[in-house]
This record gives sequence, C-alpha cells and structure tokens, in this order.
Amino acid sequence: MAELRRAYGAAWWHLALLVGCFAVTGWIALRLAGEPTAGRMLLWFVGAVVAHDLVLFPAYATLDRLLRRAGPAVRNHVRVPALGSGLLLLVYLPGVLGLGDGTYSAATGLTPEPLLRRWLAVSAVLFAASALLYAVRRLRHRGR
Amino acid sequence: MTTDAPPPVEPAYAAPARLWRALDRHRPPGVDAVDRAWRSPVRGPWLTSVLGAVLLATLPLVIVTGLLDWIAYGPRFDQAFPRDVGWLHPPVFDWPTRPAWLFRVTQGLHVTLGIVLVPVVLAKLWSVVPKLFAWPPARSVAQVLERLSLLLLVGGILFQSATGLLNVQYTYLFGFDFYTAHWYGAWIFTVALVVHVAVKLPRLVTALRGPGFARTPLARTRPEPADPDGLVARRPGPATMSRRGVLALAGGGALLLAALTVGQGVDALRGTALLLPRGRRIGDGPTGFPVNRTAAAAGVTPDRTGSGWRLTVRAGDRTETLDRDRLLALPQHTATLPIACVEGWSTSQTWTGVRLRDLAALVGAAEPATARVRSLERGGLFSRATLHGGQVSDPDALLALRVNGVDLSPDHGFPARIIVPALPGVHCTKWVEGIEFDG
Repeated sequence: MAELRRAYGAAWWHLALLVGCFAVTGWIALRLAGEPTAGRMLLWFVGAVVAHDLVLFPAYATLDRLLRRAGPAVRNHVRVPALGSGLLLLVYLPGVLGLGDGTYSAATGLTPEPLLRRWLAVSAVLFAASALLYAVRRLRHRGR
Repeated sequence: MTTDAPPPVEPAYAAPARLWRALDRHRPPGVDAVDRAWRSPVRGPWLTSVLGAVLLATLPLVIVTGLLDWIAYGPRFDQAFPRDVGWLHPPVFDWPTRPAWLFRVTQGLHVTLGIVLVPVVLAKLWSVVPKLFAWPPARSVAQVLERLSLLLLVGGILFQSATGLLNVQYTYLFGFDFYTAHWYGAWIFTVALVVHVAVKLPRLVTALRGPGFARTPLARTRPEPADPDGLVARRPGPATMSRRGVLALAGGGALLLAALTVGQGVDALRGTALLLPRGRRIGDGPTGFPVNRTAAAAGVTPDRTGSGWRLTVRAGDRTETLDRDRLLALPQHTATLPIACVEGWSTSQTWTGVRLRDLAALVGAAEPATARVRSLERGGLFSRATLHGGQVSDPDALLALRVNGVDLSPDHGFPARIIVPALPGVHCTKWVEGIEFDG
C-alpha cells in the first residue's frame, strides 16, 4: 500500500474513485457516440470550460484591473453593480437579446420581444443605488 | 503593501519522478508571469471552503429534484426522456398525486435553485482559478487523474447550467436533444462531484475549523498562509474587498436572480420575472395565464374542435362516444390545481370538468390500472400520455372542460384537457380525443 502511495501519489481509494468516475464517463461517452449530435455535445461540454476559463474569467479580470485606476473608494461602487448587471446578462441572455426563434412562440404563444430595455433599466437601478450609497457615504465622511 | 512571498512548499514527486521534475524545470514562457499576477489576498482555503460548503449543501437538491423530474414523467410507461438509460436507471416509483403541489415544488426548486446558484458557482471557480494555470500541472499520476476529473466537474456544471438556462428560455442554440444531453451531463457531473467531495472534504473541514474570517473587515483582511493547494497568491496585493464582502457579493447575486426568477412559479409575483418568458401572461381575463404549446403550433384547428368533435372512451370492448354537451351534462367537479412545467414555471387555476374515474365507470372500468390519453395533436412528444391507476382514481383528476368559470380557450386545450394533481404539465394532455382504460 505504501508502495502504491509513493508511486501513484495518493491513497488506493483515490485511484479507485477516479477509475470509477472515468468508467461511468467512458460508458456515457460510448453510449452517446452513436448519436448524430454527439460531436456537438462534446463541443459544448469542452466549449463551456474554455468559454469560462479562457474567455469570461480573463475578460472580467481585465475589466477589474482597469478599475484599479478608479481608486479604492469608488472601485467597489462600480464593481458591485457591474457584476450584478453582467450576471443578469449572462443568465437571461436569450431573453435580453430576444432569441428563441419558433420554439419560443410555439411554446408560449408570445413572440420573443427583446427585453434589452428591461435589462438596461435593472442595470441602471443597480448603478444608481450604488452611486446613491457612495454619495451618502461621502457626505457622512465629510460630516465627521 | 505587497507581503513577502511565502516560502515555497517543498514539492514531492511520485513516479516517474524524473518526468515530473523535468516538467517542473521546463517552465513554458508566461507561467511565472501568470503566477506572479494573482493579486487577490482573499483567495485561499477558507473562502473556497465556504463557497464549497454552500454548494455541497445545495447542489444535491438540484441533482435529486432533477432525477425526480425524470421519475415524474413515468419511466414505467416509457415516457421519461431519455427513454433507454441502460444501467443508469434510478429506482422508480409511480409518481403520487398528493400533495398536488409536489411537481410544482420539485421542478420549481430544480430550475430556480439551478439559476440562483450560478453566482455561487462562478465565485467558487474564481476562487480556484489560479490552479488552472499552475506549473507544473501535476507531480504524480494521481494529480493528472484528479485534474482530468476536474475537467468533468467544471465542464459538467457549466454544461448543465448552460443547457438548462437555454432550455427554460426556449433557445435551442445547441442543436442536440436537450433531454439526452441534460440527463447524461447530470450523471457525469454527479460522479465527478462525488470524487471531488471525497477527495477535498478533509480540506474543507480543516479550513472551516480553523480561524474564520466571517467577521474580518476590509481593514484587517490579510492573505492566509501559503496552502498546499496553491490557492493563496504568492504576491498578493492590498485587499479591496473583505472575504465577507466577496461572500455577500455572491449571495447578493443569488438573491437578485431569485427575485427575478421566483415569479415564474408564483402567480401573485408573475410580473417580477422580468427577464424570463414566463413572467408574461398571454392575455387578460380568466384564460390569460401562461400556455405551454399553442393550438396553432400543435396543428389543432377550429374545424377539428368544433361541433363535430367527439371524445371516444374505451375499456376492453366497450366504447362510448361523447360530444361536449353530453360531457357537460355529466356530474361536474371543480378543483384548484397547479399546472407545472419542466421549465420550472407553474400556475394555479380553477378547473371544472368530469372526473376521470367517472369516465372510466361509464365504460365499466371500475379500477383501471392505466389510462392512455390521445390528443388531436399529431406528432410531437406529448400528443399521447399514459396515466397510472392512482392518477385516474384521484378525486381531483379531471377531464377539464372549463377553467376559472369559462370554457377552455383553444390554447389551453379546448374542447377538453386532462388535469391531474401533481402531474407534469406536458402530460396534462390538451385537445383530448380519446381515452383508453386498461386493466
């Protein structure tokens, strides 16, 4: 056992768990391999990781670095509403852009209407609330 | 105010040590720059563990409610998708009719929690992202395998979130079958999650038992000591947000999403689901509540639902053919029942019609084992549905003719539709033309 740990780099149960994990995944992969859309599924699975780790994360980290110039007092008052607004865009993107083609209408009896204005309005509220809070804090600070 | 770099943790190499050592020595250009670029002093075991604990407490709920949804569809009658799941077949049971809000709650929870956890997942990924770029990528076979399983874990959660979010917004950009992909994606994620929890739980417990930072304000926010996982930045910058600030930010994001999502399942708050399709009513009046699949989309035209429409009820060799007037002349029963959809939206309405068990009695089926319902709709996954005996005999299980005191509208299934307590919305068949009772 100690030999295995030295050679493998972890305990035996670690190896057993991972073998089990890959066995299930492998079985699923084999099962889906016959699907005509298997390639697209794989693309979306790997693509989701690439999109998050190599696009979304670097993008928001870079934007955050640009904020550094704004100074520490203002920084979080921009960060918080910006993250809130970005989060809403990410989650409700199809609605905001009015995507959803025929399936949307067939399912709901409504035509997809871009909800861009609503998203902008909610974002504006977030930024306004943050700005108000900032102003209140400044005034209090000065009052002292 | 950059703190000194902590002493590097002595690296240990498993077999083949030469390979790992060589990998460590041959550092590709840029990895050192990236290593030095991590600035946040709040990254570390404590923050990652708190976020991990939140997900550990909540993700199982999403997983279980997802599985329950599959069971609610009725795998016994081959109507749960995907149909053939091999040995990944959870134990199934006949979906109960009580409480009537059961499916509304399980499915609402699945979708709402799935949406609400997005910022927590993103924060968790943010807290561990430096490890993705760490060099060497592994010092043992164990680490190689573990990193591969992390690809399944991260890919799994992002894939499930993306396909789920697109599905509830009726945007099938991905071009593959949602049910198949979301089902198998769930298994891949779940298995990778089990591995991750088994491997990391001791770390989580240690970090949460150690000194906490829940009360540490920004002014006293300092990096944790270097950890064996390399989460703590080597050259952290000054803190711009406390750890509790980061947690409040993730929690605030979750609350914001909850506030804009719960309305799709709560009639009084429907308008608050500002950015979701189910925040909209289809019209005013008693039949203005949301629709799933319109008559036009189902190819059900007025000439097929007019005075020529007949309902055929059959059990064995006994058949009754009824027009709408005769159905309205039968004893009518009224029940307020939710209609809840797999996309997580639901609405409660007051339905009036003939009890299914009365229809069964009409053709001499006292205690039918199943009812096979057929719609005027041609094609489509849900033009037919099978109900089990319990769903037929429930006193509130109806062939509804009216809703909220008026005739059903074409989009809500005129001339007649099924409504059964706790039955998934897609099996509340609309535009019914035939019911066959068996056993």
